[in-house]
Amino acid sequence: MSVFWLATIGTSVIAFALKFSGHSIPQHWLEHPAIQRVNALIPIALLSALVAVQSFTDKSKLIIDHRLAGVTVALIALLLKAPFPVVVLSAAITSAAVYRLF
Amino acid sequence: MSRVERITVRDSLSLSITVGAYGAAFGAASVANGFSVLQSCLLSLLTFSGASQFAAIGVIGAGGGALSAIATASLLGVRNGLYGVIMAPRLKVSGFKRVIAAHITIDESTGVALGAQKRNEDAMRHGFWLTGFGVFFFWNIFTLAGALGAQAMGDTRAWGLDSAVPAAFLALLWPRLENNRDRGLAITAILFALVMTPILPAGLPIIATAFIALVFGLRR
Repeated sequence: MSVFWLATIGTSVIAFALKFSGHSIPQHWLEHPAIQRVNALIPIALLSALVAVQSFTDKSKLIIDHRLAGVTVALIALLLKAPFPVVVLSAAITSAAVYRLF
Repeated sequence: MSRVERITVRDSLSLSITVGAYGAAFGAASVANGFSVLQSCLLSLLTFSGASQFAAIGVIGAGGGALSAIATASLLGVRNGLYGVIMAPRLKVSGFKRVIAAHITIDESTGVALGAQKRNEDAMRHGFWLTGFGVFFFWNIFTLAGALGAQAMGDTRAWGLDSAVPAAFLALLWPRLENNRDRGLAITAILFALVMTPILPAGLPIIATAFIALVFGLRR
């Protein structure tokens, strides 16, 4: 089975298992403040790492290319409180323009 | 329709359409990262959790293996489980209805339900089901549209899709950065992932940052 199918099926099965187990376990199991805190922080760490890897790496090399322009514009859009579609579209347009020009 | 119900329907629908539209970004990014249109649509139908889906395709797109992708996506899906813990005693459903409720337990359905709770119990339940089904419908329609669109593009870099993915992650991250600890963690994770990329196998630098989150969370 290809890595794409494995990722598709594995992600889907576990995503549902997590949702369903939440509906099935007693509430007091997860009330500990440390668990709540770690749960809020894990998405921050993973999303940050994903931003970094998707912006500045190619295979196992660090690289600066047209994506830097796109992500910089996304950052500016977020600082200006732009909504999600504007952030993504402005990044894509900038990145495409730089890629085609150079 | 009473005023209370109108508010719930309005909140649910507007959120469903706007959030659902992000599905186009997912579909396009998924195809740009090597997934087929069918696989992209299955991820939206079956995983149905935006951050997890973006993470799965992001890790694979960065050259990571299936296990890294599944682990990263699953850690991002843990919060849906916690939403389930909150929603179960409020929805009071069992059997097949519980299976469906679990599948549509996401940020938006939980958020609208808890927001509507101050109006009354019925509004809370309607908000959950309406938003869950609404986002599901639009998210999947737009995923298909985005995936087909990207497939028609050819070289997705020339259309900026390789920047749309990190931009989407950044936009998902942004509202979570509430204080200096959050920002410190974000910067630490970024530096760690970049420094480790030439050293560790692809995908591992991303999932390994979960341990940094653990350290930050347990410290105080």
